[in-house]
Amino acid sequence: MMAETRAAFVKLDGVEKHFGAVRALDGVDLEIRAGECVGLVGHNGAGKSTLMNILTGTLEPGSGTISINGAAEGRYSVSRALKLGIRCVFQELSLCPNLSVAENTRINHPSLRGPGWRRRAAALIAQKMDEIFPGHGIDASDIVGDLSIGRRQMVEVARAFTVTDDPLNLVVLDEPTSSLDAHTAGQLLDFVRRFVGAGKSCILISHLLGEVLGNADRIIVMRDGKVVAANDAAAFDRDSLVATMGGAAAARIPAGSNGRKGEIGPVRVKARPARQTNDMELVARSGEIIGLAGLAGNGQTDLLLAIFDAAGGKRSGMEVTAPVALVAGDRQSDGIFPQWSIAQNIGIRSIERMLSGMLISPRREAELAAHWQQKIKIRTPNMNNNILSLSGGNQQKALFARALGSDAKIILMDDPMRGVDIGTKLDVYDLIREEAQNGRTFLWYTTETEELENCNRVYVFHSGRIVANLSRDELTEEKVIQSSFGEVA
Amino acid sequence: MAALLPAGAPSRSGRETARRTRLLRALLPALSLAIVLGAIAWLNPRAISYFGFSLMLNLAIPIALATISQMFVIAGNELDLSIGTFVGFVGCVTATWLHDAPLLGAAVLLGSIAVYALLGALIHLRNLPSIVVTLGMSFVWQGLAILILPKPGGKAPDWLLAVTGFKPPFVPFPIVAALVIAAIVHFGLMRTSYGAVLRGSGGNPAAIARAGWSLLRTKMVLFGLAGLFGVLSGMTLIGITTSADANIGNGYTLLAIAGVILGGGEFMGGRVSPVGAVIGALTLALAASPLLTFMRIPPDWQVAANGAILIVVLAARVLISRREA
Amino acid sequence: MVQVKALLAKPWIWSFVGAFLVWIAAVAFTRGHGGGGMIIAALSLAVFMVIVGIGQMFVITLGPGNVDLSLPANIGLASAVAMKVMDGNDSMVAIGLLAALACGFAIGAANYLLIWALRIPPIIATLSAAFIIQSIDISYGRGLQIKPPPGFADFANLRYFGIPVLAMLAVLLAIAAGIVLNRTVYGRSVLAIGQNLRAARLAGVKVQRTSFLTYALAGTLGGIDGALLAAYFRGANVDIGNEYLLASIAVVVIGGTSVAGGKANVPGVWGAALFLVLLLTMLNTFGVSVGIRLVLTGLIIVGVITAAGGPKAER
Repeated sequence: MMAETRAAFVKLDGVEKHFGAVRALDGVDLEIRAGECVGLVGHNGAGKSTLMNILTGTLEPGSGTISINGAAEGRYSVSRALKLGIRCVFQELSLCPNLSVAENTRINHPSLRGPGWRRRAAALIAQKMDEIFPGHGIDASDIVGDLSIGRRQMVEVARAFTVTDDPLNLVVLDEPTSSLDAHTAGQLLDFVRRFVGAGKSCILISHLLGEVLGNADRIIVMRDGKVVAANDAAAFDRDSLVATMGGAAAARIPAGSNGRKGEIGPVRVKARPARQTNDMELVARSGEIIGLAGLAGNGQTDLLLAIFDAAGGKRSGMEVTAPVALVAGDRQSDGIFPQWSIAQNIGIRSIERMLSGMLISPRREAELAAHWQQKIKIRTPNMNNNILSLSGGNQQKALFARALGSDAKIILMDDPMRGVDIGTKLDVYDLIREEAQNGRTFLWYTTETEELENCNRVYVFHSGRIVANLSRDELTEEKVIQSSFGEVA
Repeated sequence: MAALLPAGAPSRSGRETARRTRLLRALLPALSLAIVLGAIAWLNPRAISYFGFSLMLNLAIPIALATISQMFVIAGNELDLSIGTFVGFVGCVTATWLHDAPLLGAAVLLGSIAVYALLGALIHLRNLPSIVVTLGMSFVWQGLAILILPKPGGKAPDWLLAVTGFKPPFVPFPIVAALVIAAIVHFGLMRTSYGAVLRGSGGNPAAIARAGWSLLRTKMVLFGLAGLFGVLSGMTLIGITTSADANIGNGYTLLAIAGVILGGGEFMGGRVSPVGAVIGALTLALAASPLLTFMRIPPDWQVAANGAILIVVLAARVLISRREA
Repeated sequence: MVQVKALLAKPWIWSFVGAFLVWIAAVAFTRGHGGGGMIIAALSLAVFMVIVGIGQMFVITLGPGNVDLSLPANIGLASAVAMKVMDGNDSMVAIGLLAALACGFAIGAANYLLIWALRIPPIIATLSAAFIIQSIDISYGRGLQIKPPPGFADFANLRYFGIPVLAMLAVLLAIAAGIVLNRTVYGRSVLAIGQNLRAARLAGVKVQRTSFLTYALAGTLGGIDGALLAAYFRGANVDIGNEYLLASIAVVVIGGTSVAGGKANVPGVWGAALFLVLLLTMLNTFGVSVGIRLVLTGLIIVGVITAAGGPKAER
């Protein structure tokens, strides 16, 4: 291809990044040339975001080199990246909701000042909006907080392409179409083609494989912190991409690997996502392990939270007939009480059962903690140590112990194995199957497709709805991934 | 939701709704002021006159300035519990040193503005809760005020008396002053390019930092401005009362917070309105004394009127948001 | 040695150390005269800070933004209510105390109602409430003979073996508060909410009920404090609670309770109250003026919070 002949604009060599014990990036080489659009794909946690944060200067690489235009960059930073014309449209919006569209444009352009800056800022952003999204219907004086999420994303994208003093050479688009409808997404992708046609570069990160296949010149596939494939887009098709991302080529998950099955009892949960348009609903019985699959952020967590709330009181479209407990995946924001000991963290869900008279019995609290330390193998010399003294995997075990040690008959799991080591996973998988045989119901949202093999049935989510209900016998990784991308299997 | 809908009608009407809600909420402060004025006019038509307004709004200007001071702090997602005693401190300096040794007085007042900016820096750098820091500072200002002026007294500088005693034709001074304050602060915070950055630092600090702005600087500027308007508040207060007392400003802390909120400001997210804050301050100043005197409500209930207005306006705000949501 | 180390690791120990040092300084200045009397006097005065401080501590522990600004107004009104109900009559003391309790509880409940119904930050809710309560107090307390019954006043000033009875009771209250905080479902819920509201809800903690109880508890303690203050100073007046707005927050913060929530420190409230009172005593014995006293108090609060550091930047 023509791109082959051009010199590399950005070159990363052997870049590594560790977060504690987690290897987010494990020796990545990357080359972006002028005049090409590079597609970057991979599952959650494959290291895409970390890589882009390093490229835009937000994170410092643990080791490895960054060179731009053939010159090695010693002290790379956000401001250095901006000076070199590297920008990023982040997945979480970086607009100020209390400011107008024009004022938000001003934030990124120090030169927009002095008399008439409002007019100039408004003209700058309006011109770029018109260029990318003709007929967008957004006024530069609109307050960003008043705009719908889709329009905010349009503003964010357009702002990244505005130019005043600093040059613009490379734009990283991280899921730029996640909140756009098909029409505006098409407008954006057309613009990206024109942009790279003019000799600039672009990195397109997207879960929508069709979007990447149709617009990228080259595609880079990441897995477990490594680049596992990099080739011309024409060399890939959807199936080969899925296979490269997911590991084994669309292998069929072996059935019946979870050994004997427990008794399946009465219905415990019936729930419909709020945005479900047909009559599909999630049904879970006692003794069942139900998987919730699909790409991250497609309504799985929302449904789990709705079920959690429904257990506390009545909700329309929900039927929850037993106490619930939730195992959080985002430990820091949803799970851990950082001031407390491991034992207290485990006990909080069960304090009412530990009362003796009016007071919580320290003996019972210690017994509960000791029981679960042994059962789930929490590695610590003393359960009275602070919870943060544990490794991430052991913290997660404590959260499992909190839920499993409670009176809950329904356990909701919100992608609890994120960033957890394999040893912990195996310990917990066994325990979940054992508890299910004892009659508990598990609703298990996971972004790791292999984990679904522990489930009796899997619901696949897309855009806030259930799009597939796969029984154990129908379950293949390929089917799950196909449905995840909104293509009903 | 937008991802499922075409770019057309539904989201546009959603935006119109949001716009209308914002407009209604912005009008709320003006509406409450109009209601209070209407009540006064109905109870005592003679109060609606040049002389009446001069009298009724006499103390509104220092309150408005203190409210603006608090607004700058709230714009950065912080809270200043020391503004009242700071106004008292400034008042004592004004009535003593500024009168007797103008240079020293001016230097002390400028220095106190610098202290405010440094507090902003301290709060940002050590990531401290502003409530506690300013709580401590409220003791400090009060103590300094007592040291400067142990007993009520002192005298306002003549030039200051001349300024606050100014009688413009047709429109009473407090109204002119309120308009000028609102216009200047509105321009500075809402229309200048750095004003946008300052408000942005309350709306999405991470985005501001990511774009290369210094959050330390925005916080210092916001606190410095708070100090500046606190100084102006204390000086005008002394210009009006002609002498000082160490406790003269104590009530202003709560009044200033109430004024900002009444004027449509919010504690988080950099959503403040200078015009609203001035209107809020005027409403509180009017409602607290003249209205109640006319209504033959004993002065005991003047403070309650502030609380009640606050609750009613906040309830109205919740109703508007709920209705439009 | 190990025990000493463990003791020094407790955050509340520093407030006692501070109190002790201040006392030593004062006694050194007087060459050993009146050291004991100083402690007794400090105990008597610290009681009132401790009672409201414990209430404020529970509120602040609920997490960022939670603070009760209505306590001074609450104290003022409750003291007036108690004195009016007692009407100088010793036989009515119990009923008067109950009335003060009920008054405080109602104020706390009203605070939470405002927070919940108007969805406004607790600061502004308790502030609005404070305005209204203050007016009620002014209007209600006007022209009353607001003197405590002689028996009640004597009780408030009573000493056993030289130690103020109220101080003993306040120690019992602090012990009870410590037990409530660490050993009851309610206390654990407060701590959990303060550390991480979202995680608390997802761990099954009843967030609304706990918040309501907390504001009601703070209000009730403010009510008791009002009645006792009126008895101790042999009279109620509108301004009786004024100094407790800042003092209640100061004893909580200096005592080692985290302003970020989730970490409370009951002994520290006592230590900080003694520290503040003894600091004033020391400055008095040094003969410094009110102004210097206030400036030093303020600087110490700022210094303590700066040294302790703020909550770690999150997310």
